[in-house]
Amino acid sequence: MKCDFCSEPATVHITDMSQGKYRVLHLCGGCAEKEKNGELKQHLNVEHIVKKIIAAFAGDLAGELAKLACPYCGTKYMEFRAKGRLGCPADYEVFQKGLVPLLERIHGSAEHVGKCPRRRAATAGPHAELIRLRRELRSAVEAEDYEKAAQLRDVIRAREMSHGS
Amino acid sequence: MDLNELTRTSGEWLRGTGPESDIVISSRIRLARNLADYPFSVRASIHEKTEIAATIQSAIQQTNRTRQLGYLSVDDLTTLDRQFLMERQLISREHAGGDGSRGVAFPPEENVSLMINEEDHLRMQFMRSGLALVEAWEEANSVDDSLEEHLNFAYHHQLGYLTACPTNVGTGLRASVMLHLPALVITKQIEKVFRALHKINLAVRGLYGEGSQASGDFYQISNQVTLGSSEMKIIQNITTVVPQIIHYEREARQALLNESRATLQDRVARSLGILRAAHSISSEETMHHLSNVRMGVNLGLIDDLSISTVNELFIHTQPAHLQKIQDMELDSQGRNAARASYLRLRLRGGSERN
Repeated sequence: MKCDFCSEPATVHITDMSQGKYRVLHLCGGCAEKEKNGELKQHLNVEHIVKKIIAAFAGDLAGELAKLACPYCGTKYMEFRAKGRLGCPADYEVFQKGLVPLLERIHGSAEHVGKCPRRRAATAGPHAELIRLRRELRSAVEAEDYEKAAQLRDVIRAREMSHGS
Repeated sequence: MDLNELTRTSGEWLRGTGPESDIVISSRIRLARNLADYPFSVRASIHEKTEIAATIQSAIQQTNRTRQLGYLSVDDLTTLDRQFLMERQLISREHAGGDGSRGVAFPPEENVSLMINEEDHLRMQFMRSGLALVEAWEEANSVDDSLEEHLNFAYHHQLGYLTACPTNVGTGLRASVMLHLPALVITKQIEKVFRALHKINLAVRGLYGEGSQASGDFYQISNQVTLGSSEMKIIQNITTVVPQIIHYEREARQALLNESRATLQDRVARSLGILRAAHSISSEETMHHLSNVRMGVNLGLIDDLSISTVNELFIHTQPAHLQKIQDMELDSQGRNAARASYLRLRLRGGSERN
């Protein structure tokens, strides 16, 4: 693995959680020393690094992925690429092609081993559908289409009741 | 909940008890969870955030039979109070500085904190004094189980618990221990420890410092990988390696004692002297000297101070704490004076109030 800042081999690896954000840094000895002295600080942020990884591992798919947007929360793949944060749980399905290589790079695996909820939802579909409905509701309110908003509100309520969430 | 009351106490995890607590300050388990039917907090509207907070708060209340969890609406707090909670590690910097409806629930012992609408809808933290990750995980697991009876967490059959950032997906678990490693720093062996830790995918960061620069010689070791290993495996990875670091730190301390006892004694006594006598002292200088004093107490070079007092001073001398204790806003110069006067009061020889 190469240093995030120069082409030397990375020997120091840091996950920094100060300032409430994760920064994962892979640095060579020289840059690590600079980082320690605060000289690198201004250049680094998690967005920058996640973005770099995403760009490196989704290169071939970039054209196809660039057009993707989540039908539920509206997040575009390019927004994820820019910010390093997903918009809703359904994004993991929608952006799967770009995400799996990224997860393999970050975690060395894309298969969860470990705890699973006892009360697991049969499918994610109905939950994601609620995310979409609430977004439509917001647009209807913004467009002052109160008739549509009232209908949507009823549908959302009925679904919330049936999921018990 | 009266935040001013808290200025007189500190979290249970600072007591300085528990296994290996001369070197391991604390152990912490953090679990990230999200509701399945809402966008992640960053993407959620103001209205949705309010609904998310209400849903989770209600689930916490329903499961909160045995524990007295107090709830604070973080968005209603002043900047100073948010910073105060951050210094106590009850909320994160991101949570303190975020926007929209967000909250935190914690008991008087401060060994649990449930953050709502942080980067993820729910971030649960479980803290223990000393090396006790497994115990912290057992409690985390059980709280997670009981909340899950009332909440639908976003979960994917192949990817596990889904989180806003792909670096937390899977278990959503961050297990960490806070180590005090002054002798490895003095003997310049700390870099070696960093390199060894990375080989097994563990991350190191300094506490109380910006970036990786640790002031006070405190280092937090945590897992980087959250997907593809079980929770116990992740925890074992840390609990296997920490005793080795403890061993190196003890060896380094012993070597310092054997080879240069007088120098070490001088260093420790000077630090205590400065803390007891200064009339203006920065946060950084305080950390540096408290670290020496802490090592001095552990090595028996100082005998009129308890570890819990020293641990507490690391928190109580931070900016928001000083301002809460003094009950006034202070600029940096004012804080340096207030810090020095507080230290003189708490460190008066033989008259420790504890």
